[in-house]
Amino acid sequence: MAKIIDDETIENVCILAKLALTEEEKEKAKADMQKMLDYVDKLDELDTEAVEPLTHIFGSDNVFRDDVVTNGDCRKEMLANAPKAREWQYQVPKTIG
Amino acid sequence: MDLDKLTALELAEKIKQHQIGVLDGVKYVFDNIEKKDPKVHAYLETWKKEAFTRAKQVEKGIADGTYTGPLAGVPIAIKDNICIRGKKTTCASKILENFVPTYNAEVIDRLEKAGLVIIGKTNMDEFAMGSTTETSAFGVTRNPWNTDHVPGGSSGGSCAAVAAGETFLALGSDTGGSIRQPSSFCGVTGLKPTYGTVSRYGLIAYASSLDQIGPVGRDTADCAALLEIIAGHDSKDSTSIDRKDTDFSKDMKGHLLGMKFGVPKEYLSEGLDPEVKESFMNALKVLTAQGSIVEFFSVKTMEYMIPAYYIIASAEASSNLERFDGVKYGYRAEGCTELHDMYKRTRTEGFGEEVKRRIMLGSFVLSSGYYDAYYLKALKTKALIRQEFDSAFHKYDVLLAPAAPYTAPKIGESLKDPLAMYLGDIYTVAVNLCGLPGITVPCGTDKKGLPIGIQMIGDCFMEKKILRAAVNFEAGRGAFPLAAEGGKKA
Repeated sequence: MAKIIDDETIENVCILAKLALTEEEKEKAKADMQKMLDYVDKLDELDTEAVEPLTHIFGSDNVFRDDVVTNGDCRKEMLANAPKAREWQYQVPKTIG
Repeated sequence: MDLDKLTALELAEKIKQHQIGVLDGVKYVFDNIEKKDPKVHAYLETWKKEAFTRAKQVEKGIADGTYTGPLAGVPIAIKDNICIRGKKTTCASKILENFVPTYNAEVIDRLEKAGLVIIGKTNMDEFAMGSTTETSAFGVTRNPWNTDHVPGGSSGGSCAAVAAGETFLALGSDTGGSIRQPSSFCGVTGLKPTYGTVSRYGLIAYASSLDQIGPVGRDTADCAALLEIIAGHDSKDSTSIDRKDTDFSKDMKGHLLGMKFGVPKEYLSEGLDPEVKESFMNALKVLTAQGSIVEFFSVKTMEYMIPAYYIIASAEASSNLERFDGVKYGYRAEGCTELHDMYKRTRTEGFGEEVKRRIMLGSFVLSSGYYDAYYLKALKTKALIRQEFDSAFHKYDVLLAPAAPYTAPKIGESLKDPLAMYLGDIYTVAVNLCGLPGITVPCGTDKKGLPIGIQMIGDCFMEKKILRAAVNFEAGRGAFPLAAEGGKKA
């Protein structure tokens, strides 16, 4: 039996996902997620006790290289993408009280 | 000259022999774009003037020996999740509607060096999440074979553009079937390479452990030639593999005598449309007629593939898409007075429904208390699926499967029930979970005139085997046309 998605779980998921849903959207999200979890519950049929989780298909060794700058200065172009910028810096709403 | 009948390789050859100009190829695709794209909507953006300028430059470069590759002078379209410097790259999402990358994806640099002419960016499901190209924030793409139907997805724009003659070649990306399934729906050829073969640098990430860029074209040889150009080690992608065997076009034409094909028999049971099954079974006959051996075998993990895939893909998506916060690029909600309010409102307004659904599922399966039960369980299931494919490849050279359980659905039918749409990915997701290469080749049409594709799957690094199988299959099948007429019903 899958985990029951209640209001508290959806609230928590919204905090983690940084989303602000309306009550109506939350109800829909609850139903959608419940349906999906009921479905993926199928995995419980598999005995995976002795199975190692597989993250990387070809191993996961770190890849190192020398820390050398190869790109040019794109400051202007990068800032041009910012929704708001001031004095060559990204501008965001007040972060401290 | 009827350019509808030329492959990209043939076009490039004729350009080299001065029978046709680079500009002629570019003009042909823009004529088709102007005629058909108002209805098909394969493209989000094209740049005609620049393409013409580039065509002239490439023409010169071919003459002076700068561009000697087999696809020099060929027009190509790029899926809109691949960065091109100075060109909007939106992932078909409102949250990136104005994003202009300051750098090229590695594949773009390689295309430019090889003398291809990039003509525009193609539509897709938002952030490559979807199987129909209907989740795009900028309108649906329609199937050029019948515009009441979807082109598949998520690389639906790229596949529709090739099918409509609106380009010769395209790049797509494949995370759970996003090249192979729309290729099947649009009657074109599309290949997902072994994980790590093509650099992901500059591909906006959906699920990093599964994403691969791959070619879409009019036939297998075109895909092999394009893959040769984009494959290769790149130090900017830590999962990039240094392969020595990227001469994919070599030995493609060898015979199939004695080649062993395996067909998972569970793939042909419940849920497979009878017309697709019939076309698939006929394709098997084409292969056995050439002296290959086709056997059926059992895949016990089939029903666990979709659950494992959607848990892993959503988990990675929730992490990858955290970067879209309205600070450095993309959309920002208006009138936010506080930082967290800005994050939340930006993301809520900027992401579409399907993307939010996957971010939420991913956040949940990774959250404290549920990580082991869902995410870890999915990774263990992935290990079991891999074991099954490993043992299948001990017995068979290439595995065969349909690309999708049905032909292209009607527009508006799929998004009503997300879970039902996910189930349509049943034949494609395991290939990504196991890092395998897979190609879809057209094998017929249904009674409605919609294309059907056969999928050929190889063991890791065995692209050459699937390419040989595909080339021989094409020879046995005979020519497969482009979509009859953009906008006209088949």
